[in-house]
This record gives sequence, structure tokens and C-alpha cells, in this order.
Amino acid sequence: MKTKLLAAALASTLALSASIAIAQTPTGKLVIVTSFSKEVTDPYKKAFEKANPGVTVEIQNRNTNAAVKYLDETKSNNVTDLMWASAPDAFEALKQRELLEKYKPRVTGIPEKIGDFPINDPEGYFFGFAASGYGIMWNTRYVQANKLPEPKDWQDLAKAPYFNHVAIAAPSRSGTTHLTIETILQGEGWDQGWRINKEIGGNLAQVTERSFGVPDGVNSGQFGYGIVIDFFGFSAQGAGFPVKFVYPSVTTIVPANIGIVKNAPNATLARAFVEFLLSPPGQELLFEPTIRRLPVNPATYAKAPEGMPNPFNFKWTGKGGFKFDTDLSERRLGVVDALYDQTITFQLEPLKKATKAIHDAEAKLAAKPNPAAAALIKEARDLIAKMPVAEQEALSSDIVNAFKGGGGKEKAPRQAQLEQQWAKFAADNYAKALAKAEEAAKALN
Amino acid sequence: MAMFQMAMSSSSARVRPGQIVAVALIAAFLVFFLLIPVASVIVTAFRDKATGAFTLVNFVDFAQTDLFVRSFWNSVYVSSMSVVVASIFALPLAYYTTRFEFRGAAIVQTLGIIPLIMPPFAGAVAMQLLFGRNGTVNLLLDQYFGFKVPFMEGLNGVIFVQSIHYFPFILINLSAALRNIDRSMEESAQNLGSSGLRLFRRIVFPLAMPGYVAGASLVFIKVFDDLATPLLLNVNQMLAPQAYLRITSVGINDPMGYVISVVLIVASLIAMWLSVLAMRGKDYATTQRGGGGLAKREMRPGDAIPAYIMIALILALVLAPHIGLFLMSIATVWSFSPLPDAFTLKHYATVIFDSGQYIWNTVLYASLAAGIDIVIGVAIAYLVLRTKVIGAKWLDYTAMAALAVPGVVLGIGFLRSYYGVILPGGQSLATYWVMIVLALAVRRLPYALRACTAALQQVSQSLEEAAENLGAGKRRTIQRVVVPLMTGGIVAGFVTSFATAAVELSATIMLVQSTSDAPLAYGLYVYMQSPAGRGAGAALGMIAVLIVGICTYLSHHIAEKDRARKAGTST
Repeated sequence: MKTKLLAAALASTLALSASIAIAQTPTGKLVIVTSFSKEVTDPYKKAFEKANPGVTVEIQNRNTNAAVKYLDETKSNNVTDLMWASAPDAFEALKQRELLEKYKPRVTGIPEKIGDFPINDPEGYFFGFAASGYGIMWNTRYVQANKLPEPKDWQDLAKAPYFNHVAIAAPSRSGTTHLTIETILQGEGWDQGWRINKEIGGNLAQVTERSFGVPDGVNSGQFGYGIVIDFFGFSAQGAGFPVKFVYPSVTTIVPANIGIVKNAPNATLARAFVEFLLSPPGQELLFEPTIRRLPVNPATYAKAPEGMPNPFNFKWTGKGGFKFDTDLSERRLGVVDALYDQTITFQLEPLKKATKAIHDAEAKLAAKPNPAAAALIKEARDLIAKMPVAEQEALSSDIVNAFKGGGGKEKAPRQAQLEQQWAKFAADNYAKALAKAEEAAKALN
Repeated sequence: MAMFQMAMSSSSARVRPGQIVAVALIAAFLVFFLLIPVASVIVTAFRDKATGAFTLVNFVDFAQTDLFVRSFWNSVYVSSMSVVVASIFALPLAYYTTRFEFRGAAIVQTLGIIPLIMPPFAGAVAMQLLFGRNGTVNLLLDQYFGFKVPFMEGLNGVIFVQSIHYFPFILINLSAALRNIDRSMEESAQNLGSSGLRLFRRIVFPLAMPGYVAGASLVFIKVFDDLATPLLLNVNQMLAPQAYLRITSVGINDPMGYVISVVLIVASLIAMWLSVLAMRGKDYATTQRGGGGLAKREMRPGDAIPAYIMIALILALVLAPHIGLFLMSIATVWSFSPLPDAFTLKHYATVIFDSGQYIWNTVLYASLAAGIDIVIGVAIAYLVLRTKVIGAKWLDYTAMAALAVPGVVLGIGFLRSYYGVILPGGQSLATYWVMIVLALAVRRLPYALRACTAALQQVSQSLEEAAENLGAGKRRTIQRVVVPLMTGGIVAGFVTSFATAAVELSATIMLVQSTSDAPLAYGLYVYMQSPAGRGAGAALGMIAVLIVGICTYLSHHIAEKDRARKAGTST
């Protein structure tokens, strides 16, 4: 008897679903794959649909990595018109896989560069529509309750009071964090850059798997500080959370991008959307409290809400004015991410233990100077900072190819082998660093 | 068709054409929607990256990488401990609600299932707000007692959340089994002088063993393969998260993610095989169906009060994520404080205003998927337990293997296998909404299958023989005797499949091509990516929980009425 009931229920649901399928006949549909949240995409969808009656904008939300994978898997019968996301690397990857279509926007008034970063892809495959810088956000209630300082620069996060209060997304999981790590590496140099990354690493409470995990944790007060892209901080403020955001001196400003997908089913509409996004009304929408991104058209800043910085007014590149090298970043993307994961993400406990021991020893040293102990602490710090591969080696074709699909030489090392070597290297050095730091602490007793 | 040989040993075991057709249909379903997609993905595990030739070197790499070996043992530890903790939650709930005249038993049973329908992302966020290092509980502890408890840190945090999340598997299956035990068994034992705990330990629990083992093995495998919870707690040194992290990272086309997937699948199969071994050679069927389940007793007030208190405590704990989610859904800003700053209803307005489509899609997909699952589940259970069709066992193992296939692998596999197939009208088959239903059906089939198998194990074959002796044909026997006797188990299977399919995300997120086809979990995911969307996401999550909760309650109601009817006609 129950089976009959069930069958009837199933039959009726089937019939209803059939009627849904009929109602879905597409008329002038624009399909956008994006990593941006609803709060960002909704105002654009509404405005664009209003400006173009009869057009439906279909938003598909995927994280950047999944979106790249999706476009690659579906290229044989592409149904996506636009790719809309932050990380320029992802667009660089799409361009190399020949998944994007060339176009030249007609909008005027947008400069060629912001800071040292070209706003549009020089070859015309993707276009910057908003600028983003990387920085540090923190929860003011958390910081007050724990009597913690307010950071100004990356190095601050490596200091003792910040121990176990900082969060970052794994660069292998988050295109934007990858750029932050790469910015530090390029701005400070390979060795010094990794030293900073690992010293901050030692203070981490967690390495999150999603980009949004960091601002979410800071907003709710699970962590004190997070390394994030600026709009996470601004839009959290917009939503009323007790958070602050700062740009450190070594940061870079990078455009968030849009690109037309190759063989787009509705290329005309796709172009119209790009034009709209870059036009003055499109740029002004970026100031919405839930979006809060920096427009790439300098004229737009006349209407900026309070608290929004104008990136065209200040020097972005800080120390020495280095030029962020996208090619370099793209080439060693897999290697840098794996190095970070193997030496920090997956070695977090030993790294934190060693770092805590160093902080403790340094606190004692400050009270009672002792050259021998100071030397031991320095050794411990150097052991932590040590990298299994030098900069040039990391760019060697053997290693780079091990992290790219196929095409490697027969005898070349495999990715899994390299990762095991690096992990072991890091684990051994952290254990030694811990021993040195404890020895130093003993000498200071 | 050489593999389906005829067995002539006994009349009831004779292979009939209908059975062969059933085997062939189910086999086709599994081949097309499980084996082919999965094979299209994991083949990478056996390929040399440079040459593309067949190799096993990737498995050697797995065994030689400390991280993977450590992750493997972490996964084993977490899964085993989760079974233990989940049993502690489930046993009292199942025992009291099925053995005693217990006020609100249906409510307890329904509430007990709700943890299963915690939508991904939302659950862990809510748990962090309550039990996290600066969640409500720890902030209060710190304020009044000056210490904090790391509920949510590391592997123990995963065990804590997983047990809460998955204990309903044990509760549902164990309750169904307890209800199915014949009163006369218990009465015989009592006549022979057994009572109290001894009666439970020696008679009742052993008779309910198939249900318990079915539930416990589901918990073990589910926890072993689950990646959402560890990832949301940012515990990455476990096997499933490792596979996921490697498969979904951009620019890395390396085989290790797929190697780990193979290891996951094999490990889950071994766990299932062990649970089958544990049950082998034991007969759990009882012939009589007179009493309609265990005798329900009144509790003495002295026993009732502690029982209610214990159940209230367990429910408060296992429903904590939902309480957190509810608070989130009506909160304005909730940051580093025991409770939100202020309350509002605007999130519900937002969600109802622009997300009706998600809700409808979810109900549609999940009920279709669960419907497919119980049909196939009953068929496989019957073929395995009642016929000698060669290959039936393999259908069982294959269907169960779906449990071990990470959702993202299945999603990518669907895309890879069916993207090139173009439907009339130009749409690709892989992104047609029916494929979402099929992916959900494949992913949730194991739940329905285990529930149906456990139910059928408790039905004695002699009842069917009796029906056949009285002249009923095979089909009529199944329709009129077997399936009605299995109703409790079938409903349990439907509810589990439906509830979990309603919040599935990992495979669907690969297959959703347009928002109009998207289910609720996807909408929730979209909302949860922004600070302003958190409240709206939570509101959507609450709606999901309500829908599934109502459906669960209704199916319990049906099962109860059915039981009452059966009990009524026999007296």
C-alpha cells in the first residue's frame, strides 16, 4: 500500500518537474561563472537586466579553482559566456589553455596600470574591473579582550604576542592568498620572504581550506587576525562586524578580472556585460556596502563612501618599488603552493611548537642578556627559515614540470617524491630548532 | 549471460527470468552511473604522469609519503572513535523510545534524525559559534571559571562533530531493528527468568544486531570518507581531505589525489566486508509477526525522570548545531560574544523572497533520488538474501562502494563521461537536472540498501514459503508479504537517503549548471561566501532542516500507523 502511495508521489513530482523544464526556454541568456558571492553579483545582475530588457543573467558560483577545472572539462560544448573572478593567475591559466576569447573594451578613462600592475591583460584576453590589495584584518573585540596590539606590517604578525591568533587560507586553496605569499616572496626576495612566511606560519591558529574561512573566522571572533584581500575587510565592515583592515607596506595591488570564454554561446551579450562593468555606472556599483571594491576608473572615486581608500593616490609598492611579475608567479605557482603546504600547512604543529619555544626563550633573553643563548636562538630561527630548495632550483624545469600535468622526463622526480623530501626536510629542521630554543631557554634559567 | 547460472537447490531459490532482468537493470544502472564515471577519473591513479603508461609507482609513493600514512591512521582513529561516541548518543535514545511507553517518542525519533540534515558549511560555522575557541560555551567558561575546553580542535574536534552528525545512522537502523523484534522472544526470555539489563544484553540487543551493525558500519565509512567536516574544522591530515585538496587544486594534475581515492574506496570496502563477516552464519530472522514489536512498558517515575533528563541532555547536545544555526539566522551581528548583538527577521524575508526555486528543487531531487534508492535497495536486498542469482552479491558490494566514492570524484566523473552526450535542444546530458538526481541516487543508495537489507534479514523466509504454499506467486508474495513486513526498514532507508540527499553538495556543485536547477545546499554555499550573506544562508539552512524534519515526521507517522494496523489485525 505504501509503495502505491510512494509511486503516486513520485509520479506527481515527475509531472511537476516536467512542467519546470518547459518553463526554462532560454531567451537572451548570459551565463557567468564566478567566484564572487551573491552580494557582489546580485547588484550587477539586476542593473544589467534592467538596462537590457529581455536578458537574463545566469550566475554560477564556483570557487576559482573549481571554475577553471569546470571550464576545462566543459570546453567541448561550452555553455559559459563569462568568467568573473579575482585571481589573475587563474585567468593566466585559462589563457594558456586557450579557454578565453580576445576582446578590446571600448570604455575610456581607465589607465593602463594601477601601481605596477597592468589593469588589463596586455594581449587582451581578460580585463581588470576592480583593484584589490592584500592586507591584514582583525576583530577589534577579540583584540581588546585579549589585550593584543594592532598590526601595521606583515612582520608584526610574526611577533610573540600574536602567537596562535592569526589565520590564513592555504595558498594552494585560495588564489588570493597565493598572490599574497607570492607578493611577499617577490617583495622581500626568496629567502627573506620565506623567513617571514614561516615566522608568521609559526603564529598561525589555523590554515583554512577556503578563502572565506579566514574573514568568517575573524568576523565571528574565532581568530584575532586574518591575512585577507581588502574587500573581505571592507565588506565585513559594511555588514556591521567589529573589524579593521590595514595594508602593509609590502603589498601589491592586483586587478580582479573578467574574461570572455572561448566559443561563448552569447558573445554579444558577454561583450555588453564587460562594457557595462567598466562603464561609470558599473564602476560605481563597486561602492555598495556589501561589495566595497576599489574601482579601476580613477574618476569614480569622486563618489567614494567614507573609509574607502583611493589606490591611485598612494604608492603601492612600498619598499624599493618592485614590479610584481605575473609570469614568474604563474610559472612557479604549483611549486610555491606545495612548498607552503609541505613546510607550513602540514607541519603546523611542529612549526608552532618550535616557534613557541623561540618566543619563550626570547622573552627570557630580553630580561637577562646572554650571548650564547642569543646565538642559539638565532640558529633556531635560521633552521626554521631554511628552505629545501633555492629560488633558481625551484624554477628548474624538472621541479616545475613535476607540478604540471604530464610531459615530464622519464627520470625526473615525481611530485609525491619531492613533497615527501620537502616535508621531511622541514620536520627535521623544526625538531632541531625546537631543541636549540629549549637549550637556549635552559641556559637562561 | 553465462554468469547468471541457474541454481536448482530449492524451490524458493530457483532463479527466475524476472530476477535476471532485475539484476541486469540494476547492473546497468550501477555501471553507467557509478562504475564508468568513477573509472574515468581514477584511471589517472594508475598512469605514469610522464608517459601515460600503466604503473603502480603512484601507490608506492603513497606508502612512502609520511603525510599520507599519517593521514590514513588519523582517519582510522577518528572513524573508530566516532562509532564509539555515536553509539553512546544513539543507544539510550533508541532503547527508551522503542522499549517504553514514552511520551514524545516520535518527536525524539524525529529530532534524532535532524543532525543528519545539517547542511554543509552551515553546520560547522554554527558549531564554531557555540563550541569554537571563542564560541558561546568557551566565552562563558572563560568568564566564570577562567578556562576553555578545546571541543573543536584537532582530531578530537572532528570526532565530536562527526559523532553528532552521523549518530542518527545508528539510531535509525537500531530503532527499526528494535521495533521489529518480536514480543514473544522477549516474553519467552522473561518466562525463563531473564529481566532488566540482562534481558537487553542477552536477548534484545543481539536480536537487534543487524540494525546496529548496519548503522555502525555506515558511521565508520561515512566518517572515513567525509571531507566536509574535517575541512571546515581545518583538519587536513586525514585521508579524504587530502584527496579532495589534491584533486581540486588548480594546475596540479597529479595522480596522488586519485591514488588516495582508490585507497579510500578499498578501505571502505574492507570495512563493509568485515561487517558482513561479523554477521555471517547468524540467523536473525524471527517468524512470528503477532505482537508487532517489543512490548512497551510504563516507566516507574523513579526511572522516568533520569531517563527524560538523559534524553534531554543528549538531544540538547546533538541539536546544538541547529540551535546555533537558528540563532545565526535571526542574528544581526554575532562576533566574539556569547549571543548575537541583536535579532532580526530580515534574513528569512531575503531568502523566501529570492530563493523559492532552491527549496522546490531540493524537495524534488531528494525525493526522486530517495525513491530510486529504495526501489533498488529492496531489489538488491531481496536478490542477495532470497535468491541465488549469481552476481547479486556483487551488486550489493558495488552499490555499497558508492559510499566510498568522494562526491567530487563522482561529479567530475559524470562530467567526463557524459558531457559529450548532447541532448536534443543542445544541452549536454551531464548538466541536465536529471543527472543531479542520478548522482544523488548513486551517492545515497548505500543508506537505503543497508536499511532494506537489515529489514529483510529480520523477516523469516518461512513466512514467504507459507504464502507460496497457500498459492501466492512470487510477485504477489513480495508485494503482499515481504515489502509490507519490511516497511519500517524501507521508511528508514527513504528518510536517510532523502534527508542526506537534501543537503548533499560535493557532487552537485560540479553538476549544477544554472541557478534555476540548483538545490538548496548550493544556494546556501553561495550565501555563506560573504559576511552579509551569513544570516541569509543560515535562514536557508533552517528552511532545509524544517522541510526534511517535516518529511521525516510524516514518514514516522506512516510507519507507526502501519505498525498499529499490523498489530491490530493480528489480535
